[in-house]
Amino acid sequence: MFAYIVRRMFQSVIVLLVVGLVAFSMFRFVGDPIDNMLGQERTQADIDRLRTELGLDQPFPVQYFKFLKGAVQGDFGVSYRQGRPVSTILIERAPATLELAFVSGFLAITMGIALGVFTAIRRQGVAANVIMTVSLLGVSLPTFLIGILLIYVFSIELGVLPSFGRGETVMIGSWSTGFLTTSGLKALILPAITLGLYQMTLIMRLVRSEMLEVMRADYVRFARARGLSDRVINFRHALKNTLVPVITITGLQLGSIIAFAIITETVFQWPGVGLLFINAIQFVDIPVMAAYLMLISVMFVSINLIVDLLYYAIDPRLRVDARAT
Amino acid sequence: MSLLTINDLTVEFPTRRQLFTAVDHVDLSVEPGEIHGLVGESGAGKSTIGAAIMGLLDRPGRIASGMIRLSGDQISGLDAEAMRGLRGKKISMIFQDPLTSLNPLFTVREQLTETIQAHLGGSEAEANQRARDLIDRVGIPDPDTRLDQYPHQFSGGMRQRVVIALALCTEPDVIIADEPTTALDVSVQAQILDLIKELAQERQVGVILITHDMGVIADTTDKVTVMYAGKVVETGPTAQVMGQPSHEYTKSLIAAVPRPTLKLHRFPQISYGGRETRFAIEDMARHWPKVDNDTSKPVFEIRNLTKKFLQRRGLLPWDRTYFTAVDEVSFDIRAGEVFGVVGESGSGKSTIARMIAGLYPVDGGTITFEGQVVSDLTNRAALDAYRKNIQMIFQDPFSSLNPRMRVDDIVAEPIRHHRLMDGADIKRRVDELLDQVGLGHVAGTKYPHEFSGGQRQRISIARALATQPRFLICDEPTSALDVSIQAQILNILKDLQEHLGLTLLFISHDLPVVRQMCDRVAVMKQGKVVELQATNDLFANPQTDYASELLRLMPKLDDLSTEGLTAET
Repeated sequence: MFAYIVRRMFQSVIVLLVVGLVAFSMFRFVGDPIDNMLGQERTQADIDRLRTELGLDQPFPVQYFKFLKGAVQGDFGVSYRQGRPVSTILIERAPATLELAFVSGFLAITMGIALGVFTAIRRQGVAANVIMTVSLLGVSLPTFLIGILLIYVFSIELGVLPSFGRGETVMIGSWSTGFLTTSGLKALILPAITLGLYQMTLIMRLVRSEMLEVMRADYVRFARARGLSDRVINFRHALKNTLVPVITITGLQLGSIIAFAIITETVFQWPGVGLLFINAIQFVDIPVMAAYLMLISVMFVSINLIVDLLYYAIDPRLRVDARAT
Repeated sequence: MSLLTINDLTVEFPTRRQLFTAVDHVDLSVEPGEIHGLVGESGAGKSTIGAAIMGLLDRPGRIASGMIRLSGDQISGLDAEAMRGLRGKKISMIFQDPLTSLNPLFTVREQLTETIQAHLGGSEAEANQRARDLIDRVGIPDPDTRLDQYPHQFSGGMRQRVVIALALCTEPDVIIADEPTTALDVSVQAQILDLIKELAQERQVGVILITHDMGVIADTTDKVTVMYAGKVVETGPTAQVMGQPSHEYTKSLIAAVPRPTLKLHRFPQISYGGRETRFAIEDMARHWPKVDNDTSKPVFEIRNLTKKFLQRRGLLPWDRTYFTAVDEVSFDIRAGEVFGVVGESGSGKSTIARMIAGLYPVDGGTITFEGQVVSDLTNRAALDAYRKNIQMIFQDPFSSLNPRMRVDDIVAEPIRHHRLMDGADIKRRVDELLDQVGLGHVAGTKYPHEFSGGQRQRISIARALATQPRFLICDEPTSALDVSIQAQILNILKDLQEHLGLTLLFISHDLPVVRQMCDRVAVMKQGKVVELQATNDLFANPQTDYASELLRLMPKLDDLSTEGLTAET
């Protein structure tokens, strides 16, 4: 078990290095940050001076190495646009994104599993068929369109929910939370639904098809033949067996909830890291972009590690490999 | 009064086109302590009766008429809630495959206590105590540790014991055992059947034993009901039905059972129901290249053959553990003979076949085919030339044919691969082959799913013969088939050996079949050949304890009628 974790950590580090390398090699095509930083009255001397100052005159491997050296010490450099350390900016912005991702991820998983089980058990029912049809909309509509529709209905027509921003926030240490104020909670609703809807329908459809598969398995028939109640069969025997494949997909999807919050954050002007990233691209703010991408890959890699460990928790067949037979 | 009575039961499955009657006016009764066999071929409706008793008919099946009574009370037509109270409590079921009938994610204790508490209520401690007693009773050693293990930590036989313990949880009156030993080895099968017999006696449980295996019926049951196409054709005490069958179908079914004591030249073909299809061996022999089988020389010389499988991966070599599937095995296969390999599952039979076919690389030793070492061939052309001469017929006729390919493409594939012919010639050869195996060349335009198991095995045979090989590897070619179909396929294989001069490697766990088919037999145990003898000598006079034990456990079938059978002279 320990050896397994060490091996996975080792693999993770390699993944991170490669992601960083790819990201860095692409930054050279995004544009020249100097153009944005200096005004109209720049001279060639200014440009050269700034370029040397920022280290942009050095070859790309050297830049990458310097970035890595800083990154392991928690120093991601200074934002070109804001002139403040990137790490400070990220810490400021991260709570907004994490809270949004947490709420929509939670919604997606609970609602997805519940509806998936429901539609699998009541396969023939009217309600299940309505849910299945509506869920097609959730899969096929693009996120930004759902966001705009929700804003139109709930903010403009009904006027019950705010259309942008986080509302009032409360600082707990360095973490700004919107969970503790009414306006903060109200502001969360629309973006969380927008962000989670796609994942929810995906999880729901996955749970449903897995569940239908498992319901045909011999051990479910045998459980029925032993006279166990439907509730025990559905929620104890069948559901646990559907979870292994569901966890794989859900893990990946949670990663993408955080990573691709960009669109939702843009639509709702949500002050999180996604919005920060979009602004950074417009300004060719290389340190911010690099830090953001590394952060996202760390998140993906660790979520995957957690998912793999969850397999062990759920499936006893993986726990015993040498002891078996 | 009988424990369980079924009167005039009819089960129908309405389909879009027509009404399919799976069970047709069936009567059946079971006394306490009696084991009642229900025998018939696949599709005869045996399992449907079991499902109907349990109230677990698959949709859209329904009981169209008739009545099922348990101790005098009607149980057919009860509502779902009442039925659930009976299931597990009064009637239990044992399924065929112990590998899939236990939930892999729960320990044995969890599954047992859950069932006990669902029916009897009671405290955790009482349920635990009861679970422990049951596990002990069904003969699982060290119940305290075993209870907290997961199903995958048990062997097949032990799992079936767990399944039986689960079925016994609440002292049922009736147990329906649906092919309870079909997935098990002979030795394990005998133990499980003994256990069922013992328990039926001890607890006065009525058992309905559903099986297609005449050996199991003859050895285990008190009474037997023979079914054909949803109808009961004959019923009575086992000794009488097996010894003096009165119905034509029963007679033909019994005649098709391979006997361990009586070697036949050919199996009598089942004539009932008109399902016989001719195999045109004479046609085939006419077009077959003449082979001179010099019986003094071996076709295959196998020396110290070894195969190891990685059991545990590890980054470092000393972290890895290997499982030796085949351990320094040596034997010769003579030209023109049928060489049998028998052994329990996991003894390495199939691994040897796959190494000979070149599907697994060899880890040690050599395979020599007609004087040429083939186990280390890497040259593509030489390997192809060798492979053209050996073909394989697999066990499972359902998964060994690509469901997305048309039958003519399946049969033509080896010809195309070896570039033996082209265009119109291929089509002619494929049509010929399909005609000869008795399917008719129109079969070529269909897909595998349109055929029954026996017909699919004929397609496999046509495919194997397409390259006109010298050597056929048959890996349990009939163990997935009904006994009458098995007789047909075995006859075909014998014809191939006799008329075409093919040499056969015949792998099986079924000793009576081996007795009928093979000239010489190697008995395998844990990767080693423990005994190698001419078939008659092995059955008459086994040299090793292991072989005698296998023979002892084999169903004797002495009581079966021998009407219409003539021994080989």
